[in-house]
Parts: sequence; structure tokens; C-alpha cells
Amino acid sequence: MTTPQARTHAIDMNAVLLHRRATLKEENQICIKVENLDLYYGQKQALHNVSMDIPKRKVTAYIGPSGCGKSTLLRCINRMNDLIDNVATTGKILLDGTNIYDKSVNVAALRRRVGMVFQKPNPFPKSIYENVAYGLRIQGVRDKRILDETVENALKGAALWDEMKDRLNDNALGISGGQQQRLVIARAIAIEPEVLLLDEPASALDPISTLKIEELINELKEKYTIVIVTHNMQQAARVSDYTAFMYMGELIEIGSTSELFTNPKKKQTEDYITGRYG
Amino acid sequence: MGNDKIGHHISAQFNQDLQNIRDQVLTMGGLVEQQLEQAITAFTTGDVELAGQVIRQDNQVDALEMVIDRECSETIARRQPAAIDLRLLIAVIKIVRELERAGDKAERIAQMAIKVAGADARHNHHRYELEHMADVIKEMLHLSLDAFARLNIDHVTETTGQDVNVNREYENILRRLITRMMEDPRNISYALDIIWAARALERIGDYACNICAHLVYIVNGLDVRHLSQQELEEKIRQPQN
Repeated sequence: MTTPQARTHAIDMNAVLLHRRATLKEENQICIKVENLDLYYGQKQALHNVSMDIPKRKVTAYIGPSGCGKSTLLRCINRMNDLIDNVATTGKILLDGTNIYDKSVNVAALRRRVGMVFQKPNPFPKSIYENVAYGLRIQGVRDKRILDETVENALKGAALWDEMKDRLNDNALGISGGQQQRLVIARAIAIEPEVLLLDEPASALDPISTLKIEELINELKEKYTIVIVTHNMQQAARVSDYTAFMYMGELIEIGSTSELFTNPKKKQTEDYITGRYG
Repeated sequence: MGNDKIGHHISAQFNQDLQNIRDQVLTMGGLVEQQLEQAITAFTTGDVELAGQVIRQDNQVDALEMVIDRECSETIARRQPAAIDLRLLIAVIKIVRELERAGDKAERIAQMAIKVAGADARHNHHRYELEHMADVIKEMLHLSLDAFARLNIDHVTETTGQDVNVNREYENILRRLITRMMEDPRNISYALDIIWAARALERIGDYACNICAHLVYIVNGLDVRHLSQQELEEKIRQPQN
């Protein structure tokens, strides 16, 4: 029997749920809207009519088997696929309402807004400082004070400042793989993009470095919209707010990560995340 | 959705692990069913020896609960299950708890059977008070375990629906025995023993309903605990989006 005192302390679950839903609605501004995207590598169609919304300042993960198109889709978001011959794209990707495939879009400017980090850390063969300052330097920034400040902030943002502050002039190739990957992230955020695309950012790293990258992703989402491609489903489950499952160039299901990993709606998703053959 | 839902993993070992866990839950369920059956027989026939057996058998049920719990947590740690696999393991941990409690209640009935057996022969006819209610409870427990074995929730609302009848029956027993106690205070001791047993029996029906709720969670991911019968029926009927 519930005592009157206990009853006053009881939490009204409905109120909690309503509040959570309202907060979600407020937070869920759309940053990127993909509309009916088709992509062909020559004759071969790699993406089939993909449409999805990517919310602002959240982590969205793409999962799916090799060759399902998740990296291709990621690369569409900053038009990296333009660099590959024979690629044709139809459909739209709206970044804050503007179609990035519009003719008037300056691709270099787009890539400043949408930074990217790859599977293998790719620091330049320069000092740690110069790696992070690189983006500003090519934009023509010469002021030492601004450069110093940006390098410090970017390294702090990438959770690398404490480890690197005394060795900023060391060669970036001499630090560990995990540190290199965080350095590359620092280089990406130094130019203050809106979106960060991470293509398997931790798959070449040991478990501890992986956890540091995941922790970093969690911190970065306060300022950036993050889209991550990962083969590691547990990683998607750990770091993302939303997960999209892709299969053979199609988007099968997108939903909140907690829902998708406990109660997926589509059988194909369930088979994949539970390790079943269809 | 059925048994084949649990198989078909690329890892045959994972299939085997999940199958073993389910088999053990069914073994545990079988033991509890047997405990209940024997406890009721002991109660109605006054078989003290059989009641003792029920009490001893509870150790086995407790041990199985711990084994299954451990295997579930090991599987979660080693396999990081998702979706239905995760729901199955979470629900199994809860289902074995329900079964363990049901076993404890059967033990309680057995204890009361021993006390009632020693009572005045005048009261013998009261031993049959529980019989009808026990039949319903046995059926509920059996159906809930059967549904678990087949991972099929088509008939769970029929099982949970019986709980209303059980509660009504329990109220009736209570009313009759209270009348006896008011008639003659010397009846209080044995009447209380029967009430304790009836109460234990009624609780087993609740545990069977809880098992059904956990089963719904496994099969379609809905949390249907703490719902009235009507709400439960509505929620299960709703198409999933």
C-alpha cells in the first residue's frame, strides 16, 4: 500500500515524458536535409533515393554493411564525391536551407563549413602548431596572437591541449595514432565549421584512444553537428543520438539510437544489429 | 514471430547460449509448476511428507535463478546484444525473479499445509477451499510459460484476464473464513492458515501476469507493466508504427 507521503514523492511519469518530448521538439532543429538523393558511380547506382533529416548539434551515426553507401552518403555532405571521376548526383542536400549542389555554391566555402575527418589520421608533416594553424594560414591570417589563440582553443576543444602544450613545435608525425586523430579533429575545428563528418574515426585506434575520441565526440556535439560513419555498432550505440541503417544504397531506417538498438522497426535493421543472416 | 526469432545468428555459439538460457527458464518454470501442484495436493490431502518435499525443492529453484541470472549477465557482457536479443535477456532476468517468488509462495502453501494437517479433523472440509482457485492459477502459470516457450503473445490477454476471477475468488474465501472466525474465535488459528495459503496462491497468479507482461516486451518491445486489463488489451491491439 502506498502511504500518502510516498505518493507525494512519486514521479508523474507522464509529466516527465511530456516534458522530455517538448524539450526534444525545441532542440530538434534540422541542420542538414537530404532529399531524394541518387548517386551513380558511372553506370552503377550507389545511393537510391535517400531522404533524411540530420538534426543540429546532435550526433547522427550511419551504420550498415560494407559497400552499403554510408561513406558515399557522408562524402556527399561536403561534396567530396566531386573529386571522384564519373560521379553523378541527383536530388538535394540542404544545409541550413541552401542546396549545396546548387551551381552558385562555392565548394571551398562549403568544405570550410563542413569539416571532415578520415579513418586514418592524416596530419601534415609539419609541427603540431602548424597543423592546427594551417586552415587559418591558407585563409590569410597572419596575426600571431589570433593564431596562438585559435591553436590553443582548437587543441583544448580536441582534448589535446594538456598533452601537447609543451611540444607544439614537435613534428606531428611523431605523436601516437590516437593523438594524431585528435590533432586532425583539432585542425578541422580550428576553422570553426558547423558540421563535422567523421568517417570511421576510431577504427584504426586502440580501445583507450577510441574511448577518448568517443568522449571527444560527446563534447563536440555541444557546438557542432556531427555525422559519423562506423562499422562498430556498439560505438554507434555509445556516441550517437540518432542512427541511420543503410543497406545496398538505401536508407532502411533512421531513428533515435536508443529506440533503434532496443526495438528497431524494420526486420533488416534487426537482423543486422543482432548479427543475424536475413 | 516465434522460436525461429531467437536463432539465425551468424554466431552459432550465440544461438546456443540464448537457447540454453531459454531452456533453463523453462526447466525452472517446470519445477515451480510441480512445486505448486504438489503444494496444493499436500494442502488438500494433508500429506505432510509431500509438503516437506515442496519446501526442499525450493533450493533447486533458487539455485536455477542464480545460474540463469549469471548466464544472462555473461551473455550481455560478451555479446553486447541488441534489439530482441537484448529484450529477451533483460526480460529473462525479470521472469526468473517472478518464478523464484512463485516458488517461494508454493513453499509457503506447503508450510501452511503442514500446519493445517495438524489441525482439528473438524476443519478438514476447509482444506478444499483453495482447490478451485488453484486450478485457475495452475492454468495461468502454465499458459504464461507455454507462451514464453513459443514467444507468442496471441493469448496473453486471456491469461491475464483470469486474474480478475482469481481476485474475486480470493475475496470470497476471505469472506467465508472471516464469517467462521466471527462465529467462533477458536476458528481463528486455522482460518488464518488457510488465508495465508490463499494469499500465497493469489500472488502466484500475479506473477504469472507479470511473466506475460515481460513476454510482451520481448516480442514487440512494449512495456505493458502496471496496466489494467483493458489498457493492456488496447495497447497490444494497437498497430506498431
